[in-house]
Amino acid sequence: MAAVLAVLVAMLIHTLVFSTTEQPHATGSRFGWETIGQYLFSSHVLSGVLVTIELTIIAMLAGVILGILLAVMRMSKSRLLSSVAWVYIWFFRGTPVFVQIIFWYNIAALYPHLTLGIPFGPSFATVNINSLLTPFIAGSIALATNEGAYMSEIVRAGIISVDEGQTEAASSLGMSRAKTLRLIVLPQAMRLIIPPTGNETISMLKTTSLVSVIAVPDLLKSAQDIANANYRIIQLLIVASIWYLAMTTVLSVGQFYLERHYARGSVRNLPATPLQRLRQDLTRLRPQGKPVAEVLVSSLDPLPVADEPRGAPHE
Amino acid sequence: MVRAEQVWKSYGSLDVLRGIDLEVELGEVLCLLGPSGSGKSTFLRLINHLEKLDAGRLSVDGELVGYRQRGHKLHELTDREIGAQRAAIGMVFQRFNLFPHLSVVDNVTIGPVKVKGTGKAEARERAVALLERVGLKDKVAAYPSQLSGGQQQRVAIARALAMDPKLMLFDEPTSALDPELVGEVLDVMRGLAADGMTMVVVTHEMGFAREVADQVVFMDGGEILEQGAPADVLSNPTNERFQAFLSKVL
Ligand SMILES: Nc1ncnc2c1ncn2[C@@H]1O[C@H](COP(=O)(O)OP(=O)(O)OP(=O)(O)O)[C@@H](O)[C@H]1O
Ligand SMILES: [Mg+2]
Repeated sequence: MAAVLAVLVAMLIHTLVFSTTEQPHATGSRFGWETIGQYLFSSHVLSGVLVTIELTIIAMLAGVILGILLAVMRMSKSRLLSSVAWVYIWFFRGTPVFVQIIFWYNIAALYPHLTLGIPFGPSFATVNINSLLTPFIAGSIALATNEGAYMSEIVRAGIISVDEGQTEAASSLGMSRAKTLRLIVLPQAMRLIIPPTGNETISMLKTTSLVSVIAVPDLLKSAQDIANANYRIIQLLIVASIWYLAMTTVLSVGQFYLERHYARGSVRNLPATPLQRLRQDLTRLRPQGKPVAEVLVSSLDPLPVADEPRGAPHE
Repeated sequence: MVRAEQVWKSYGSLDVLRGIDLEVELGEVLCLLGPSGSGKSTFLRLINHLEKLDAGRLSVDGELVGYRQRGHKLHELTDREIGAQRAAIGMVFQRFNLFPHLSVVDNVTIGPVKVKGTGKAEARERAVALLERVGLKDKVAAYPSQLSGGQQQRVAIARALAMDPKLMLFDEPTSALDPELVGEVLDVMRGLAADGMTMVVVTHEMGFAREVADQVVFMDGGEILEQGAPADVLSNPTNERFQAFLSKVL
């Protein structure tokens, strides 16, 4: 099994790196690693990376705020508020985000002008929706409104996890509902909210690529633009993928440390960081002071060994 | 200080309180006794409007709790006004309900700072003094999870006192504690009573009731069945159910 896999990997590496044939515009390897290297840090790709990061940050920030708002509405005593939140979540989770993106992009076509004023009376200002709803803004709105629906469920689960006694204790001090939420409930809910929010952020980073369809110059769109000019589609998709991988890796590492931070106080022993684990492994490899021969001798001892063999690594 | 007149409370078809009448004078300690499910917690929670009553009148310090009377109609107070009423009533819970994400001193200062707008330095000074009073001066920087149950409950008492309440409510403050920790909490409560704090205490600690209470009330099935000075009531209970209850807890 492992052998088959190894052969397959070797074959793949071979095709990717070594095989050179007479390709239409290949000067080096058939695969075109040069192309990848050439475009990986090109200004066009870098500006796409920046747009992708911006979209992710905007969508997640707005999504989290919207999510908290919706979660609170959903749990409010007011029937109206909780139904509005329910319908919102039902709608935005029930339709594809891809459709929502195209929808926001085209809404300008439906209402090219927005008039602020008194109905049937004087108008104060007319806003040109076309110029207001740029592709970037339409994409941000679509991603954020969609994310809000998902975040609200995550926030709600976090809020529910906080013991009711906490709210009662805060109320008995005379705290308003808003302050209780902000100072008592949400900080405690964070431990449950943070990990799935990290996942959402990683997922959002990739989902932003959908806005390339409405011509937002994000990472994928930039790569496609270049590919449209030089026909090296696969190479530029790899350029984009390398960037997506790099960014999601950074986010995953960030999430690990954030989760560790919020687990404090609830977990007795925090999981070791990769660095700590590396250090542990290194010390385990190092000889523990006793010469090997002596250990071997003591292991030949015919008597049953009651203690751990001396010089063994500490567990 | 507290006046209840024909207070009724039901959950659905279950009448939990069926016409409670009682009065607590300024500086008085009232101990509320009764079997599980008799409505003691519900009554305490009505006093600071954590629950709404269904009929009757309940007032603290001459003010209706949670409502304002206009003519013959009662109007519910706003969130803010209810908050102001609750701020003047301290409450101590069976399960402590300290804020686990805040240090001991922050648990005590959060009320004054965030509700009353007291300055941070002043609130902290006050908090340290209160923690000293409940014997926890050295735990100022600790977190609730690092304290024993008895210590946590004493912090909870300090947290309530930090609001300068005119009335303190205790809902079985020692029931969740190991027996050897009960004494330290009761000592703090004794001290409070001696300082003249008005207190309503739900408890199964008969020794405490006998020694500290000015008035003992026995409730069962949502009604007051016996009430009076502890010396009379606890020594010569007339109600049968109270006699049965006492023979069980003593
Ligand atoms: N939120 C609620 N919804 C429905 N029923 C409730 C609710 N709260 C309390 N009850 C019921 O009201 C009755 C009185 O409850 P309460 O907590 O006041 O009793 P208690 O005297 O404090 O008992 P214990 O000594 O066990 O604390 C119980 O039968 C309980 O099941
Ligand atoms: Mg109770």
